Amino acid sequence: MINYQSIEEYHDRIKSGQTSCKQAVQSCLFLIEQFKELNAFIEVFAEEAIERALFLDSQEVKGKLHGVVIGIKDNICYKDHKVSAASRILEGFTSLYSATAVERLLAEGAIIIGRQNCDEFGMGSTNENSAYGPTLHPDDHSRVPGGSSGGSAVAVKKGMCMVSLGSDTGGSVRLPADYCGIVGLKPGYGTVSRHGLIAYGSSFDQIGILANNVADVAIVLDVISGPDDFDSTALPAKPTNTQQSDKEEKFRIAYFPEWINHPSIDPEISVQIRKYIEKLEAMGQEVKPVSFDLTEYIVPTYYILTTAEASSNLSRYDGIRYGKSAGETEDLASFYRSNRAHGFGKEVKRRIMLGTFVLSSGYYDAYYTKAQQVRQQLYQQTRLIFNDFDFIIAPNAPTIAPLLGEKNKDPLAMYMGDIFTVFANLTGIPAISLPVFKHSSNLPFGLQVAAGGQNEVSLLRFTHQLMQQ
Amino acid sequence: MQVDDALIAKLSRLSMLDFNEAEKEEIKADLVKMIGFVDKLKELDTSGIDPLLHMSGNNNMLREDEVKNMLTQEEALRNAPLHDSQFFKVPKVIKKPD
Repeated sequence: MINYQSIEEYHDRIKSGQTSCKQAVQSCLFLIEQFKELNAFIEVFAEEAIERALFLDSQEVKGKLHGVVIGIKDNICYKDHKVSAASRILEGFTSLYSATAVERLLAEGAIIIGRQNCDEFGMGSTNENSAYGPTLHPDDHSRVPGGSSGGSAVAVKKGMCMVSLGSDTGGSVRLPADYCGIVGLKPGYGTVSRHGLIAYGSSFDQIGILANNVADVAIVLDVISGPDDFDSTALPAKPTNTQQSDKEEKFRIAYFPEWINHPSIDPEISVQIRKYIEKLEAMGQEVKPVSFDLTEYIVPTYYILTTAEASSNLSRYDGIRYGKSAGETEDLASFYRSNRAHGFGKEVKRRIMLGTFVLSSGYYDAYYTKAQQVRQQLYQQTRLIFNDFDFIIAPNAPTIAPLLGEKNKDPLAMYMGDIFTVFANLTGIPAISLPVFKHSSNLPFGLQVAAGGQNEVSLLRFTHQLMQQ
Repeated sequence: MQVDDALIAKLSRLSMLDFNEAEKEEIKADLVKMIGFVDKLKELDTSGIDPLLHMSGNNNMLREDEVKNMLTQEEALRNAPLHDSQFFKVPKVIKKPD
């Protein structure tokens, strides 16, 4: 076992000859095998990871992610490897190119160890909507790890990899990070190229990073962010200077009382966040309540827009150019319908149907345009808040990790669990989950910190500072 | 909002999905709940607000139209369940009248 701490510390040990990339990969493979029942990986690239480690061990020049063992969510493409978005419809599909983020990891010496279990097409908050079965919570196997990047969070938590790339459309990186007790960053919209990320809601999706600490997140973000010819929504400049400073800084911090006192929130989460606010004040930070009266409209707006985008994005799965074919049929239309009916899971179909409804003639303005208008209001209000404040702090979820099956019966109960995370995706801001709390049930939960615009640099600097307390 | 069999039939045709009778009842009940849920937005007066269409302020990001990252024909066909050496294969699209 290499007892991984951080990228910096691992690199120090490699430099001094105390460990090697090969040892690191072997250690991860050992833990993947040991915690197999958690179902975190859909496929492990064991042999080639060892080969790559041996190659890296022989190299003089070392990249920023030299030998860093990384797992990728099963909706991120890696050339000549399978990718399925945990869906039957992509069973057997082999990627013909790598996501820009993956290419950048590889160029800096990373080792990709495997593809990780998730909710089908990222649609879910518990990792139960996977064609490969649920991933289990690392500390309590009767509970879910959160989703949709559940496998990615569990793998980091249990040392099966050092860092994971997940994706976050409405909280899919932050929620599992919260439930599992690790760090999870959703960068601002456009910070990381979406090229090679299987699309769910294109104006919401963002590749995110799950790691053991903020410093590792900063290093990986520095590598994968930046403009990309293959994603016109990738911003023209990368967030610069992601190095942490050890200097204590003072910030202006907002919180929404409507969230902390929300009727759905576990009182214990509410109390601990209030205590945390007092602690921040005692540290000399300026923390103020800001009213957010659109709170109850956030989740409905999110579900109208993401299901609309999903119904459009998922229309490409026809079972002809790729995907699963359910076999011979009479004509082309029934061929499409049969392939899709067999290939997609229940939640995916539900969302395609709602998305088709809100986009259909006669309902388009009342639902889709209306939701875009509310999104504009949310966007403008958020901009105003960040005129006066550096950060917003909030819970990630109203509860700790739910039991398996607890949320999955009722789609609305599942959707309401996203109430505090979808806000950052609706407004395009970066937000991070920090593992700072412990519940009386002994399970971890996190604190969410969001920053305005493309302020990942100050967000990471501030949250690094918080984690040093 | 009336969610009836006709609406389910229309939406499943538009989204190219098939549901059996039991699934139809289930999706109907789900849609009633989901549409009721998103109807919440009707409480808000949004008149005069421009819909938010793009997340990034950078519109029309252009680049030189260079040929790169191309797939060969063999690669493009590789993931197709039904194909020959040149084409994707699909069921007959236009049928001769009987």
